[in-house]
Amino acid sequence: MEIRVNPTRMELKRLKTRLATAKRGHKLLKDKRDELMKQFLDLVRENKELRIKVEEGMKEVHVGFTAAAATSSPELLEEAIMLPKRQGELDVGYRNLMSVNVPVFSFDIKDADRAGGVNYGFASTSGELDAAVIRISELMPYMMRLAEVEKSSQLLADEIERTRRRVNALEYIMIPQLETGIKSIIMKLDENERGNTTRLMKVKDMMLKAALESKRADDDIPAEE
Amino acid sequence: MYKTAVLGDRESVLGFMSAGFSVAEADNSEDAARALRRLANEDHAVIFVTEETAAMIPDEIEKYRSKPIPAVILIPGKGGSLGIGMANIKNSVERAVGADILK
Repeated sequence: MEIRVNPTRMELKRLKTRLATAKRGHKLLKDKRDELMKQFLDLVRENKELRIKVEEGMKEVHVGFTAAAATSSPELLEEAIMLPKRQGELDVGYRNLMSVNVPVFSFDIKDADRAGGVNYGFASTSGELDAAVIRISELMPYMMRLAEVEKSSQLLADEIERTRRRVNALEYIMIPQLETGIKSIIMKLDENERGNTTRLMKVKDMMLKAALESKRADDDIPAEE
Repeated sequence: MYKTAVLGDRESVLGFMSAGFSVAEADNSEDAARALRRLANEDHAVIFVTEETAAMIPDEIEKYRSKPIPAVILIPGKGGSLGIGMANIKNSVERAVGADILK
């Protein structure tokens, strides 16, 4: 597809300006995409490591809780962990990462105690439960970091996709269209110019011929008299 | 002030009560979708969802993907990892790069 334009100098100038803008935008967006990609790859590597770590940890936690559930009655278990002494409070900040707003989670645990979150009597519960509860609280910082990193990488991935589309649209559609538009105007203007020149030459020829003939006529008349 | 939550089947999520998470149980897709919406509306900035439950409501989870908050993060449930969480990372790499370059 090409843009239909009037082949005038004004239109040519307008298209040239647009082409220059498009080229500058294309370069900027390409730089943005490259930098986003760099940031994204760092994030995604960390994301993968954290996920492996958290998934390993979760396995242990589940094993612990299953063991605890097997050795004590469900009511007792629920009673023991239902009322946590620690209240998790989460603060959310934002960080601007390449014009993408990504959340920053800072989790601070109130009343963090030495026992690592165990706040029930030890008499009626099993040791496996203690271990699992402690393991969970150890895992907390990693889980929060995982949440932050995974969210950031998802948001960045979307932004990269958007930026890549815009780069491609400029590179493969906008810029070639403008270039063919400019080219066709230049061709048309040149053609007009050539047409004008030949017309002038033709007119000059005709004028010369007319002048010559009238001169000859002038020369002929006195000779007859 | 924001909170954190866990959503999944009863046995998988019960333990998280001890760490001060809000806990929501869901055994079918309707409950899960409703619970997820409720948690998201109640100022939970991070919602951990077990992979088993997440597999029931992929569309609901997709809705939160492009929003900065809440972060819906998959964790393995009591049955162990299903690999969905990892697949999601691969998926976003593929979206961004166009090919899976993490091996």
